[in-house]
Amino acid sequence: MSAATEIAAMQGGTAAGPAGPRLFAAGAAAGMAAHLAAYGEVPRHGRDWSLAEELEASGLTGRGGAGFGAWRKFAAVDHARRPNRYVPRTGGPVLIANGAEGEPLSFKDASLLHNAPHLVIDGLVAAAAELSAGSVFIYAGAANLAPVAAALAERADARHIALVEAPDTFVAGQASAVVNFLETGRALPRDLAARLAGSGFKGRPTLVHNVETWAHTALVARYGAGWFRTAGTPEDPGTRLVSVTGNVPSEVVLEVPGGAPLDSVLASAGVGSDAVSAVLVGGYHGRWVRPDGVVLSAAAAAGSTPAGGAVRPGAGVLHVLGHGRCGLAATAAMVDYLAGQSARQCGPCMFGLPALADVMGRLAAGTGGPGLVREVERLLALVAGRGACHHPDGTVQLVHSALETFADDVRRHLAGQCQEAAPAGGAVR
Amino acid sequence: MNAGGPAARLHIDWTRCDGRGLCTELLPEALGRDEWGYPVAAPGRVRSGRDATDVPLTGAELAAAMDAENLCPLLALRIIRP
Repeated sequence: MSAATEIAAMQGGTAAGPAGPRLFAAGAAAGMAAHLAAYGEVPRHGRDWSLAEELEASGLTGRGGAGFGAWRKFAAVDHARRPNRYVPRTGGPVLIANGAEGEPLSFKDASLLHNAPHLVIDGLVAAAAELSAGSVFIYAGAANLAPVAAALAERADARHIALVEAPDTFVAGQASAVVNFLETGRALPRDLAARLAGSGFKGRPTLVHNVETWAHTALVARYGAGWFRTAGTPEDPGTRLVSVTGNVPSEVVLEVPGGAPLDSVLASAGVGSDAVSAVLVGGYHGRWVRPDGVVLSAAAAAGSTPAGGAVRPGAGVLHVLGHGRCGLAATAAMVDYLAGQSARQCGPCMFGLPALADVMGRLAAGTGGPGLVREVERLLALVAGRGACHHPDGTVQLVHSALETFADDVRRHLAGQCQEAAPAGGAVR
Repeated sequence: MNAGGPAARLHIDWTRCDGRGLCTELLPEALGRDEWGYPVAAPGRVRSGRDATDVPLTGAELAAAMDAENLCPLLALRIIRP
């Protein structure tokens, strides 16, 4: 059964929301007319209705990578904006839709902004009303802002939304880097003394969500938490977009339910399980897994081994490594890229990632001695946790998972032989 | 470290730190230097990812930690009290 049909089957009993795909129900490049035809207006809710409570009941998690409950940040901003005699007033909250998508293997945010910009805008408009927001931004690369600008021109209720062009770097989408860019024009992560929800853009309560999270928020505002939970599992409700790349017939964005089995998602993308050696789940900061028996769930424990059966989908990247490609060579190319994408602010990241890339490169090339794995592990421990943002930790997770998943290959490489014909750099598009 | 958690933590702002090393001289038990000169929490102190950036301190180290906070030439240190 394909992921798409699973969604349709699970929605059988609900009245309000779209059957089948949720986020793309209005079709390709949907304008306002198609958008309203598919979803209807956002209903006017009574005084006893609260978006914050609805989000909490829905169980929606952030779709940008970290996967925290979307309502937590919402509630934190709601709390911080209220008058408090101990804290000076700082101006209304700031809402940001983050579509920077610096991850090279991800294009689901671009796909969403091109096809369903009105859903993202609806989510922002609904939250701005509830939180009395002072400023609202949509932050994305230039190519993906064009359809958003066209959508904004079609409606009168979103004139307060400003578009901001994101630089094309890996760390530009990190939440503190987004706020930093809006303030200073430099998209570099910050050392955070306080959470953004309490003190973000110019010291104001700031809510940064991935654009897909805002689109789901728009659906929760329309159809409610109960409808949202009719797809997915109780632990990982709703649907999410995934970008499928690598050794696939064609690169696609799919909408899949929470808790979806990885092999059925790959089957929907036309990838047979016998063609797959391993899958990188979550992107360059994600982890390699063998797909057998693995499900994608935001509820998976952090750093859990895929032996537990569930792996976090992170930013929704699924990169397929076919038989005949070397996982160590692919990983080495990724670490090399990540080292180059360090913001060069934090010493352990600035020096540690290139050192890691160098050792991984030697491991992939089969030119290292027997102490190589120990050196990789020493560098991983040295870099972990020592940065202002998640960049070093994400890289550490990628390499850990590679050593685990490709343990047999590591042994062969140390013996000077690679089982697979290894096109170096084969993973980077 | 006692069972009730550390007396305080020394937060390292990596975006400011340039590896001058003053803190590692004031707090030799808590901090060493890595191969590039940056402070690194003593091995026994790191129980979670957080401990590498918010280094747990004992009560006896608080005075030296306050000196480090005040004297760091790049203002890269901050004491976090529980």
